[in-house]
Amino acid sequence: MHMHKFEKAWLIFGIGSLLVFLTVLGVSAFYLGNQPPSCLATIDPEKVDKTAPFNEPGLKKVEGKDWDYELVFVASAFSYSPASVEVPYGAKVKIIATTKDVVHGFEVAGSNINMMLEPGYISEHITTFDKAGEYLIVCNEYCGVGHHMMSSKIEVVK
Amino acid sequence: MFNPTANFKVDRRDGKLAMAHFYVAFTALAIGGLAGLLQTLVRSGKFELPAGIGYYQILTVHGVVLGLVLTTFFIMGFQLAATSKTSGTLTNKQRVTGWIGFWLMTAGTLLAAVMILLNEATVLYTFYAPLQAHALYYIGLTLVIVGSWVDGAAIIMKYAEWRRKNPGQPSPLLTFMSLVNTMMWIVATIGVASTVLFQLLPWSLGLVETVNIGVSRTLFWYFGHPLVYFWLLPAYMAWYVVIPKVIGGKIFSDSLARMSFILFLLFSIPVGFHHQLMEPGIDPAWKFLQVILTFLVVIPSLMTAFSLFATFESFGRAKGASGLFGWMKKLPWGDARFVVPFIGMVAFIPAGAGGIINASHQMNQVVHNTIWVTGHFHLTVATSVVLTFFGVSYWLIPHLTGRRLTKAMNKLGIIQAVIWAIGMTFMSGAMHAAGLLGAPRRSSYSEYGGAAQAAEWIPYQVAQAIGGSILFLGIILMLYIFINLAFFAPKGEQEFPVGEAAEETEKAPMVFENWKLWLGITFVLILFAYTIPFIDLIQNAPPGAKGYKLW
Repeated sequence: MHMHKFEKAWLIFGIGSLLVFLTVLGVSAFYLGNQPPSCLATIDPEKVDKTAPFNEPGLKKVEGKDWDYELVFVASAFSYSPASVEVPYGAKVKIIATTKDVVHGFEVAGSNINMMLEPGYISEHITTFDKAGEYLIVCNEYCGVGHHMMSSKIEVVK
Repeated sequence: MFNPTANFKVDRRDGKLAMAHFYVAFTALAIGGLAGLLQTLVRSGKFELPAGIGYYQILTVHGVVLGLVLTTFFIMGFQLAATSKTSGTLTNKQRVTGWIGFWLMTAGTLLAAVMILLNEATVLYTFYAPLQAHALYYIGLTLVIVGSWVDGAAIIMKYAEWRRKNPGQPSPLLTFMSLVNTMMWIVATIGVASTVLFQLLPWSLGLVETVNIGVSRTLFWYFGHPLVYFWLLPAYMAWYVVIPKVIGGKIFSDSLARMSFILFLLFSIPVGFHHQLMEPGIDPAWKFLQVILTFLVVIPSLMTAFSLFATFESFGRAKGASGLFGWMKKLPWGDARFVVPFIGMVAFIPAGAGGIINASHQMNQVVHNTIWVTGHFHLTVATSVVLTFFGVSYWLIPHLTGRRLTKAMNKLGIIQAVIWAIGMTFMSGAMHAAGLLGAPRRSSYSEYGGAAQAAEWIPYQVAQAIGGSILFLGIILMLYIFINLAFFAPKGEQEFPVGEAAEETEKAPMVFENWKLWLGITFVLILFAYTIPFIDLIQNAPPGAKGYKLW
């Protein structure tokens, strides 16, 4: 099978770029720790309200951890609890969320916080809120007739 | 390559079978296109659906009818016609198999459609368990898939017969490509068939109370990504084999075309996790492994791009073109059979770039489930693929109906593609932009309680409605051309263009026809990418989820 020399050059260049690109992704993921939200913890979806920390949704100061606060959200058709929350500017926060019924999304618009909430699973994301303002949280996964009404908000206050 | 088995014309009886597929496909285009128009209008905030029809109900119609019905029927019709043309008329047994496949798919489509219309299945085509649709909806879609297997069996049977009769010979290129796509489809649809038959169907019938969501989603996306390659490969068939003949050039390399299809077979399937990057329950190392496998399809895509432009340039230079881009002027810019798919090829450049962003492990966090993604696949499937299918229809429909593409219809075809490109620039462009600002996909019009961020999205939604309206004009025009070519165009001969390789003497290596080898590697890659995370999902499963009907 014969390959034209220009095609060889093109493929070497293309595959080379691909390797560089994948290396960048890999270093970011495994060396810098920028992994997509992939929490492996599970929960009984019927007992979310009785299981800590989901029995007390909202912001809680924590001590002795790599983050200053834990922000707990419980999603159910078609709302989030809490419906709004204030976070101090510059706080390092671990967001912990789950759903009581169907699959929901958890997206803080205009940020990189974006995760799927699936019944039986806990989703987590650690972030630092270093820009003041009001952030809209939307459900970005179809969950039923009220899907587009499902929202919450985070206010980052100085 | 001289191919003594090729028919000058597709046999009339095989033509009828292919045409039956196209009638359903273009009916789907009409219904799905109308649903799409209504969605963009609702999202503009200036229009409400009448008679209590739900936004998510028409969204389900749009996805099922265009994503599954239009594509599967068109592709199967095209592949059957291509196989019959290049490997010879189907035997009666093969043709009957094809008809059984067609009627199974049609019955399944009707069943699913009735359930959607009765508002018993507003779960979109991606299912979203634990939202629970009526059992008949799942049965309907299963029939569509099983029907496509039976349809595909006709292609496999023809291929096997050809190989038996021509020992030691590489199969005709279009037959080879149809076969690769059919096999990839069968291996991939095992995933969705499994979740439906073993999980969703018993659950919707009340035989089991709960369903394992992690497993169901993983099985669905095992199918969900190869699905898009199943749409794309027939477009590549047209780009590799048909377009060179249409412009009067040669296929750059028969062997390299086969190799790129084999690479698509290997790397299209073990990649579903890149749709699940934001999901809990899957270890990120396995996600990353599938991200790498996802990116390996870049290689055959680069080969395809090179091959196409090499064909164009060699043709232009053979016609006396000079300078770096002089060959561009020599291409047949007045021929819809070339121009329409060409616009599709151009759209694939931004479409492919967007796809790289989507699959990029961390970068997916910025765009996951935003309307950016909707903008992305309206460039890939709804522009590159669909415009190529339209470009194919302009010669294939009259070829099969014994008519010809008139000058007027040819011109209308080009106008149609230009309208499509304009409408899509508005719609997809605005979707990409709004998505970067965070606007979610699959969502009806909402001001989110007057939030400032949501207010920023609305002008883009108006732009999407403008684009959507222009696209709907394009659909009306396409349906007009289809009806003309199927029923009213003047009787005559329309060529089925099949290109010849530039190197006539170079025989494609027989290793490409070694299916034990290629399917073997395909399965090894699938097992490698999925076994451990899949066992994890089962072993560490949370209590199952009950069904909900929240619409």
